[in-house]
Amino acid sequence: MRRVCHLIATLAAALAPLAANAQGMAWVSSEKDDAITLIDMRTLTVAGTVPTCKRPRHMQIAPGTTQLFVACSESNAADVIDLATRKSLRRMPLGEDPEAFDFSADGKQLYVSMEDDAALGIVDAANGKLLKTVPVGQEPEGVKTSPDGKRVYVTSEVASLVHAIDTASAKVVKNIAVGKRPRRFAINADGTQLWVTNELGASVSIISTQDLSVIGTVKFELKGMRASDITPVGIAFSRDGKRAFVGLGRANHVAFVDVASRKVTDTVLVGKRAWHVALNQSGTQLWVVNGLSDDLTVVDVATAKAIKSVPVGRVPYMVVLAE
Amino acid sequence: MRRAATGIALLLALAGAGAASATTFKLVLIARDGDPRLERSQLERAYLGHPGGPAVDGLAVALNESRLQLEAAGAQWALTTIQAASADAARAAAQQAEKAGAAVVLTDLPPSATLAVADAVKLPVLNVAEAADALRQADCRRNLWHLLPSERMRADALAQTLAAQRWTQVLLLAGPSADDAPRVSAAAAAIKRYGLKLVDTRAFKLSADPRERDLANPLLLTGRASYDVVWVVDSAGEFARALPYRTALPRPVVGDGGLAALAWHAQFERFGAPQVSRRFAKAHQRPMTAHDWASWLAGRALVAAAVAAPNGPLPALHKALAEADLDGSKGVNLSFRPWDGQLRQPLLLSDGQGVVGMAPADGVLHPKNVLDTLGADAAEKLCKARAGA
Repeated sequence: MRRVCHLIATLAAALAPLAANAQGMAWVSSEKDDAITLIDMRTLTVAGTVPTCKRPRHMQIAPGTTQLFVACSESNAADVIDLATRKSLRRMPLGEDPEAFDFSADGKQLYVSMEDDAALGIVDAANGKLLKTVPVGQEPEGVKTSPDGKRVYVTSEVASLVHAIDTASAKVVKNIAVGKRPRRFAINADGTQLWVTNELGASVSIISTQDLSVIGTVKFELKGMRASDITPVGIAFSRDGKRAFVGLGRANHVAFVDVASRKVTDTVLVGKRAWHVALNQSGTQLWVVNGLSDDLTVVDVATAKAIKSVPVGRVPYMVVLAE
Repeated sequence: MRRAATGIALLLALAGAGAASATTFKLVLIARDGDPRLERSQLERAYLGHPGGPAVDGLAVALNESRLQLEAAGAQWALTTIQAASADAARAAAQQAEKAGAAVVLTDLPPSATLAVADAVKLPVLNVAEAADALRQADCRRNLWHLLPSERMRADALAQTLAAQRWTQVLLLAGPSADDAPRVSAAAAAIKRYGLKLVDTRAFKLSADPRERDLANPLLLTGRASYDVVWVVDSAGEFARALPYRTALPRPVVGDGGLAALAWHAQFERFGAPQVSRRFAKAHQRPMTAHDWASWLAGRALVAAAVAAPNGPLPALHKALAEADLDGSKGVNLSFRPWDGQLRQPLLLSDGQGVVGMAPADGVLHPKNVLDTLGADAAEKLCKARAGA
């Protein structure tokens, strides 16, 4: 009991804005477990599991809160979990087969990619009520809200398009042709560039958020591997925006990219099918989820070396670091 | 010859979004009139590797789901389906289609009619129904492209799987039909290619006649030999379906019964495959089969070509089609082999209930593209018509 209180205190402290506390909990969703595995970020050991809805995939902490939203594709629902108590606060509908989502700038709405409906759903974050749908290309996946909240971007894996949507009118402003099978986004520090991973293009397309055109491409290459073995999915920027980190999928590596020169500086061997990546607050560790080896690899950013791989659930999908 | 209403309905649906300036490319699908593979009794059996419905089903899903992409590019496809009862009727339909300005012809036809169509027109002909190796080898054509994996690709996929499992001693059971003979040769060649040992080849026959029991009884057919696995070639499917669990030795069955190598299975779980299968099932109320995947991918190839060359002219469209890099939800880019027009692709190993593996098998290597370990490779030069392609 005392440990729980201690934990709550730690979490509360850590969740205060920009707390520099390196201790915290990593939350890992696993597609085939209907559960989330918790990893103690200090000891890098499994600290427990939290049951959730069916086929949990994308997870994100609601802005300014200690609530973790989990999209469950099989349940057509979101589970809202309190980070401190690790208990589900509520479940709410989240459209058909939700895969990924992002919050509106005020946190009141969710933008959800609804894979089976080929639509972006705009959902009330309080009760899951579907407010609007915006038709997009087939198999929508990655969703990202612009820092000013005026736009939301969504990929269509089948159409190889990024749809730029005006959040006020819920209308597509532009369809941007990118590489093959676009998956996930990251926005750079000053909000001028949108990076999107192309799973079957072995690349990242860089989109200017000003004129919504593709202004560059980062191609990934690994010695001894063919382009077809490099399938980038997860992506994250460092806090200062100088580096990008990309999970290379089937290549079982993660790539560090220098943003200014758009060159790959390091590649690190991790587990099988490295998808989603997350950087800790201090930017010292990159957490990489390995979908086909049922584990997660923690990489030291300074030395570009894997520190430890931690077994988690079956077909792990994503990690959220709650520090 | 009968013109189906589906084509017109789809054209309206595609044009409905109203891109007035969009280029319209005409597409003609020639299918078999009174197709025996699509008789109710056949469809109900749902034999592994047999079609589950007409080719237009997969094609329609692909064209419908690509509307946004086509609109963004300013192009559209208008599909007409024609039923042809003979090779002559198919030839006439193809000639008429070319005269009427078609950009591409698709065939859901037997080998002879497929060839008649390919020889009748200069347009690219996309074969979505026939796996016969002859169409990729001795009878290949420069304008003939194949979406469905060849028999040899399927045999190579199985042989790789057996080699990876170290099930090296193979007893081959050969079916009686004319379709079976070349497939038995393809199986035997794949067994040799991957260093497996052919213990024996035995002919079987569907029969209840006690005088023929050596040919019909699974116990007798699989006795008096030592083997790791039984490979059955049975194009009709009935014998192969009832072979597993009835062999003299407790050994697995592969080929047309037991474990089969297929272009697709509705239970495939990876690379976004469930979404594709679900879209298909939603549109047609049946599971998506390998043949459906082939016609769906043909649609995807046409969309890719139209997006790459939205204003034509036809030679540019045809070039884009031949060079397309396609996403078939099998995890890698798929493309046509210039030396025989075959689409290179991974295959799924399925027992009919689920997908237990993929080919190329882990550890199989190739100097250029590991997908080219399935089927005839460039160096074999088996297609003279495409020499130098």
